[in-house]
Amino acid sequence: MKAPLPEYDSAHQPHTSVREFTALLSYRDFVLQLVSRNLKVRYKRSALGIVWSMLGPLLSMAVLSVVFTRVFRSTTPNYPLYLFPGLLLWNFFAQTVSIITAEVVGGIDLWRRIYTPRAAFAVATTLTGLVHLLLALVPLLLLMLALGAPLTPALLAVPAIVVCAALFALGLGLAVASVAGHFADVGDMFQIVLTTWMYFTPVIYPREILPASLQPVWRLNPMAHLIEAFRMPFYEGRVPSTGLFATIAFIGLATCAIGWWLFTRTAEELARRG
Amino acid sequence: MADPQRVAASVATAAHAVRLDDVAVQYRVPRSRGLSLKAWAASRAWRHGHFAHEALRGVSLEVRQGESLAVVGANGSGKTTLLRVIARVMSPTSGRVRIRGRVAPILDVVGAIHPELTGRENIVLNGTLLGLSRRETEARLERIVDFAEIGPFIDAPMRTYSAGMVARLGFAVASDTDADILVIDEALGVGDERFQRKCAARIDAILATGSTFILVSHDMHTVRRLCSRALWLDAGQVRANGPVDDVVAAYQEAQR
Repeated sequence: MKAPLPEYDSAHQPHTSVREFTALLSYRDFVLQLVSRNLKVRYKRSALGIVWSMLGPLLSMAVLSVVFTRVFRSTTPNYPLYLFPGLLLWNFFAQTVSIITAEVVGGIDLWRRIYTPRAAFAVATTLTGLVHLLLALVPLLLLMLALGAPLTPALLAVPAIVVCAALFALGLGLAVASVAGHFADVGDMFQIVLTTWMYFTPVIYPREILPASLQPVWRLNPMAHLIEAFRMPFYEGRVPSTGLFATIAFIGLATCAIGWWLFTRTAEELARRG
Repeated sequence: MADPQRVAASVATAAHAVRLDDVAVQYRVPRSRGLSLKAWAASRAWRHGHFAHEALRGVSLEVRQGESLAVVGANGSGKTTLLRVIARVMSPTSGRVRIRGRVAPILDVVGAIHPELTGRENIVLNGTLLGLSRRETEARLERIVDFAEIGPFIDAPMRTYSAGMVARLGFAVASDTDADILVIDEALGVGDERFQRKCAARIDAILATGSTFILVSHDMHTVRRLCSRALWLDAGQVRANGPVDDVVAAYQEAQR
């Protein structure tokens, strides 16, 4: 009468990492509903709604620009345009990782009540962040026009760079969440790490002002590479070099693979903990 | 209601829908409330902070397609854990679980309901949470809204709903997924008496389509009415497994 019944056998299961991935694919509608929930809930009771996704970053960029050009007398040419892309990507990264950690820790309760692919909330959070980032590109492009910066074909490279950044954020979020599921303090601790991390990343200052002693260490910071690559098409109208592209692709894929493996390995145990 | 004799005859030849072999589930329960890094460092060993609780031990069970099984037992006997294993909410610590068909667990009616979303939006969210596609859920929308009797509130945020309305909506979604195996936790005293009769009627209708049914309940009247067989769990182990009247009688005898 119907298609053959799906069979489940706890003794013949593919490796958790693979199983979670196929489960996620079959629950893709749930993931998309979560994204739409996240967006709706965020702006449910506000008059300007989704406009805040564009206005918020623009205002913080304006404040920082004034502070750095007027107070600190930054000599970086076209400073607002230098600052804005880096700020957007950093905010996307920091918010995605923090929210994933909070959602996973808060969502363990749901895991005990109903079956859902464990990574559904994390992936939905990353996609939600991407929507906000996409919206924030509108004021960025407007800023470019206002400052007379050329819109070059290099901008076509932006989606690929964003994908690398999203994989990195998702992977790190899953890794932090696996540890935070065991120790609630890790979530709070990571907030401090994030703040410190931002000041060690050339977001609000150019890389050149780092002291000579820190120059070799700079290369160890994955976010520095990602932000540098993301900024190029907007600020310099250039496509990142093949070397830089390879670096950020590796950073994204490797982090995502490690985070996924860690997370799927610990998720089952977290669900079983009373 | 389905004719018990006819059901019994068709069940005898049917293949298994649920099969458990020597299943055990162990929970790791923290000794203290806190789960902080400091406490962990102080105890230095991860194991010290927890003790193992065996919620299920050596449970073997077979439920045939179209059969209706009741699970009875005292609080803490492992009934809910058994349902969770069948609903794939958790995997067994040891042993083997085999399920043939799609399981609709009505273990929890709240699901992922969000107070800021409208009833309609929550129906789609919860339908996809139960494994339906968005399209399948939207096709059921009107029927679910009708059944839940939410009226004009359906387009209002769910924070404005009464507890009864939330539970009705949750039940309406969870019981409308066309699953092959229906798993219900008793705690579903959903809504008032009239709505409970409506829920019972819907369960009867689902059973009549040949679905497999597993019910956890403390209400022996419901158990006798809906199920042909019963499983008695005691401290995580099977104490009895057989025709509903025999098992219920033995269980009630032991309760006295």
